[in-house]
Amino acid sequence: MFLLRRLLQDGCTIAARVSVPVFTLAEKPRRGEGMKAAVIIYPGSNCDRDCKVALERSVGADVSMVWHKETTLPEGLDLIVLPGGFSYGDYLRCGAMAALSPVTRAVVDAAKAGVPVLGICNGFQVLCEAGLLPGALLRNASLKYVCKPVALEVTNNDTPFTRAFSEGEDVVMTVGNGEGNYFAEDAVLDALEQENRIAFRYRQEVNGSQRRIAGIVDPTGRIMGLMPHPDRAFEAELGSADGARVFQSLLAA
Amino acid sequence: MKAIVNVRLKKGVLDPQGRAIAEALRGLGFDEAADARVGKVIEIELDETDPERAAARAKEMAAKLLANPVIESWTVEIAA
Repeated sequence: MFLLRRLLQDGCTIAARVSVPVFTLAEKPRRGEGMKAAVIIYPGSNCDRDCKVALERSVGADVSMVWHKETTLPEGLDLIVLPGGFSYGDYLRCGAMAALSPVTRAVVDAAKAGVPVLGICNGFQVLCEAGLLPGALLRNASLKYVCKPVALEVTNNDTPFTRAFSEGEDVVMTVGNGEGNYFAEDAVLDALEQENRIAFRYRQEVNGSQRRIAGIVDPTGRIMGLMPHPDRAFEAELGSADGARVFQSLLAA
Repeated sequence: MKAIVNVRLKKGVLDPQGRAIAEALRGLGFDEAADARVGKVIEIELDETDPERAAARAKEMAAKLLANPVIESWTVEIAA
């Protein structure tokens, strides 16, 4: 069975390479679930299209790409994603400029109205700078840019983004950050733990993050900041398909 | 008039860059360089003639954008 699946997948890949441009395949939505998502594009975002493809392939979402100068978002959204990258060249502090972008005001309003918001990597930094999540992301303790698959623990599977996981489960997603070192004061970290708001932790030390925090949620659970990239781990061909379940969790909600 | 805003990481916030600099200094023979902290200086040209008003506005700028109070502290100087 596995071999057959493997063959079929390889067959698809080869066919895609030979006869159809790859982007056509990637852009072809497999709709049906009816999830409506928006991916925000800041100048310097570089994972916006990865997020679009990840959403289309993981949950068949209908994805709108929203430029940072927009002041409104599409109606009826089920999810807003702030993608990874280097918004505004990481000027001043990572995410500081994006937090003041016109579209971010619309994101904050939508978040307050209950629309789930997922900030991945640079998006996590933006959510912290915008005050939607506590803490900040500092330069990695090693001073090195870290880019590799990492093992994570699902610390809390009772959030809209983690329902498709089991608690304590080991999963793998890819990190790619120079400033992923989560920092908050001890009182804030204690509160995060007591309120069960740490969604994912690194199994091993990765970037110096306090209490090995990889992802946290706000008190409602509907806003998540996640340093590793589910959008780089949504199909077995990428090394792990675990990231897809972050998006699939929203369907289970 | 000019506002000079000095932003530095708060005490207790790890500064790996500063630590690397201290290490490099010791490597150059500055054995007394026990530690280093890296900050940034932001100079803002202001259309303003009243130093008190300038200082008040610059402090507001620091709190709203130039520094992140979660990790950074800041001081403001006003120069002619």
